[in-house]
Amino acid sequence: MATTFDAHTEAAHAPHDDTHRLSFAERWLFSTNHKDIGTLYLIFAVVAGVVGGVLSGFMRWELAEPGMQVLPWFTQGNIDQAYHLWNVFITAHGLIMVFFMVMPALIGGFANWFVPIMIGAPDMAFPRMNNISFWLTVAGFVLLCLSMFVPGPPGGNGAGTGWTVYPPLSTSGHPGPAVDLAIFSLHLAGAGSILGAINFITTIFNMRAPGMTLHRMPLFAWSILVTAFLLLLSLPVLAGAITMLLTDRNFGTTFFDPAGGGDPLLYQHLFWFFGHPEVYIMILPAFGIISHIVSTFSRKPVFGYLAMAYAMVAIGFVGFIVWAHHMFTSGLSVNTKMYFTAATMIIAVPTGIKIFSWIATMWGGSLRFPTPMLWAVGFIFMFTIGGVTGVLLANGGLDTYMHDTYYVVAHFHYVLSLGATFAIFAGFYYWFGKMTGREYNEFLGKVHFWLFFVGTNLIFFPMHFLGQQGMPRRYPDYPEAMAGWNEVASWGYVVTAAGMVVFFLNVAASLLAGRRAAANPWGEGATTLEWTLSSPPPFHQFETLPDFTRRAPAH
Amino acid sequence: MTLTLASVVRALRRLGLAGAALAAPSLAEVPAATPPPMPADLVSGPAAADPVTAPVPAYAPLKPDPAVGQPQPWGIDLLDQVTPVGRQALAMVHGLLNPVMIGISLLVCALLVWTVVRYRERANPVPAKFSHNFRLEVTWTTIPALILLVIAVPSFRLLAAQYSPPKADLVVKVTGYQWYWGYEYPDYGGVSFDAVMVDRAEAARRGAPYLLETDNRLVVPAGKTVKLLVTAADVIHSWAVPAFWVKMDAVPGRVNETWFKVDRPGVYYGQCSELCGTKHGFMPIAVEVVPEQQFLAWMRAKQAEQGIPPSGPGIAAAGLAAGTTPGA
Repeated sequence: MATTFDAHTEAAHAPHDDTHRLSFAERWLFSTNHKDIGTLYLIFAVVAGVVGGVLSGFMRWELAEPGMQVLPWFTQGNIDQAYHLWNVFITAHGLIMVFFMVMPALIGGFANWFVPIMIGAPDMAFPRMNNISFWLTVAGFVLLCLSMFVPGPPGGNGAGTGWTVYPPLSTSGHPGPAVDLAIFSLHLAGAGSILGAINFITTIFNMRAPGMTLHRMPLFAWSILVTAFLLLLSLPVLAGAITMLLTDRNFGTTFFDPAGGGDPLLYQHLFWFFGHPEVYIMILPAFGIISHIVSTFSRKPVFGYLAMAYAMVAIGFVGFIVWAHHMFTSGLSVNTKMYFTAATMIIAVPTGIKIFSWIATMWGGSLRFPTPMLWAVGFIFMFTIGGVTGVLLANGGLDTYMHDTYYVVAHFHYVLSLGATFAIFAGFYYWFGKMTGREYNEFLGKVHFWLFFVGTNLIFFPMHFLGQQGMPRRYPDYPEAMAGWNEVASWGYVVTAAGMVVFFLNVAASLLAGRRAAANPWGEGATTLEWTLSSPPPFHQFETLPDFTRRAPAH
Repeated sequence: MTLTLASVVRALRRLGLAGAALAAPSLAEVPAATPPPMPADLVSGPAAADPVTAPVPAYAPLKPDPAVGQPQPWGIDLLDQVTPVGRQALAMVHGLLNPVMIGISLLVCALLVWTVVRYRERANPVPAKFSHNFRLEVTWTTIPALILLVIAVPSFRLLAAQYSPPKADLVVKVTGYQWYWGYEYPDYGGVSFDAVMVDRAEAARRGAPYLLETDNRLVVPAGKTVKLLVTAADVIHSWAVPAFWVKMDAVPGRVNETWFKVDRPGVYYGQCSELCGTKHGFMPIAVEVVPEQQFLAWMRAKQAEQGIPPSGPGIAAAGLAAGTTPGA
């Protein structure tokens, strides 16, 4: 990396005084430093991920055999309340994993940490807004947790509405304040994300180092740019929808109540106008991370850089015009279904470009397989499986059968639990040394990967079978005939949980006794700017901007 | 919808029924109110060989066939389809989508394994430097697009088929409640009843799978086009029977239409497929498809039971209009 600026020299003489001047509260509560805020987001995502993961543990435990065995423990044996508690668990699991695990990890965590560094900027454009984004997200999480302990429907606590919060179940079906708290939770998390999106767009458009043109920008920065636009354009629609829900619930409006001229389906259109871009919000940053890791450990530049960048732009654009494929059984007209079928299938084309370009990046390379590369290769294959079942579900006529069955659960867990989450772990191991200054334990990292890989496949692959047999989603109990595959899936959870134990052991051991990480432990394949800085980077990097006007940066 | 005095009366009566069912404190206490007691040796096939000369057969509830219309232990595939649309869709999944999905997954897997083995550091210590190949990129953009085009043709055909039913022989209004289904036959004087899940003992007595059987089944004639008008009274539900390839949301304030035509008599099960609250998982759907003569016998019995004068297509022709109550 020959630039007019020598990062190593700067790192050696970095003014560490800043960190020393700050009290604990100033550094970690009032943080304005993008790296500290990124760290806070990552810690937060881990905490929320544990909560969401424990919830899914109880869910898999309950489903391990037919009948109600586990949830009645929480309800003094009351079966009806246990049924409702199930709905509360699936709702909380979904909302937590989407809004408080995947998004904070990928966008708040990795993007905060590495987008400014990758584009050669000293920090985010609006450091104080960055801080409030984080604390709004935390407040949202607290409200969501609280909602589980206040009355929802008659005779039960918590919001059992599913993460989609469809009325009338979320209005007349849940008179208690639990749904109000859940709505406020989404308001806060959404506001935090919108502010974050504004911050990223401004940073990426205005604070790139001289010569760092958009077409020279690393793909992770590209992925966050597209993601930020999706957030900015889709979240206000969600905010409007849930505000209408709130006024329907509390102030007598009838936006979604047919008795007053409203329409429950209007909410579904608004929700999914946000909800579908949201799934790309969760996967595009993952695409960016995977591109860097595959390139690094192939020691080869990313294949088809421009196609990769514009494939993400295309996915982001088309992602906005396919929302009603989530509503194929709601009574859409045949022409609407045909349009949404066709538009949805089109997304497979740019997605295919990404899959094949990653393989082409590896092709001809000199491949090494440290832990991040295992996660990246695992991602490519698992995401492919989630992607092809998406092509099936895109067909409105076929979706009639699969809609709201475990086939859909399998599909979106292959792209999220085995897609986005694989990318989060890939990024975590890839940048762990950079962020903490300590090397993780390679052996434990690989054990974590293999346990998680086998475990999640055991959980989710049989769900295709259950769905094809007709098992609906959001069911706490099932007919005897579905016991076999459900038991397999529950054992899969045990394997996955064992993998997570190894993960936490690894993190603890590495933080306490890991070897000091070098500035660039990955060698010549790691070409983005973060590897030119020390590990961890100085409190403020690039006080002298790197200059790429005469020589292009690698991407 | 036309609002008549009769329909208002029916609606009021329905509200009374709904209230009674809602008041039932738990599933276990819901009485299994199957009017005709089930004989021990139920037949599963049609009894009437010749509908013209044979005496009008008494209606007897069908015994479910464990191999049809319900999930199988360790089953992995889609359920066998018994409607024309279902068979068309199943053929599309088996003949086109599954091969494409498995083929692409295997291709990606094979490419990954090949690169991992062939280009691992020890086998290929010096990496190539290429990062573009225009022809390759055009290829992997156009071929998937062509595959999608090939999928789109039968996909559109299937959608069109789902939306162009033959003329309806029977109309049933389906209403979702928390947490049971209500059925009404407007063609037959508004015969109506609710279908509530039966407890484990009753399901076992009927030889039916627990969690799938209801006290009253939706009874329809075989070989006839049945049109469903689906709506809901409280929150959104979804009426689904996998073996028919039918799923239609029941949305308050809206009447959704769907249809099916089943040739093969039998009992087919489904479950509510839109989250509707506490007992979302416990409002199953049981459809009993019987030969037309048995359907008419059943219908006449229902009309007598509910004090509705004999009326409706086929009732008079089948000699059922006389005041006697056949069957049951």
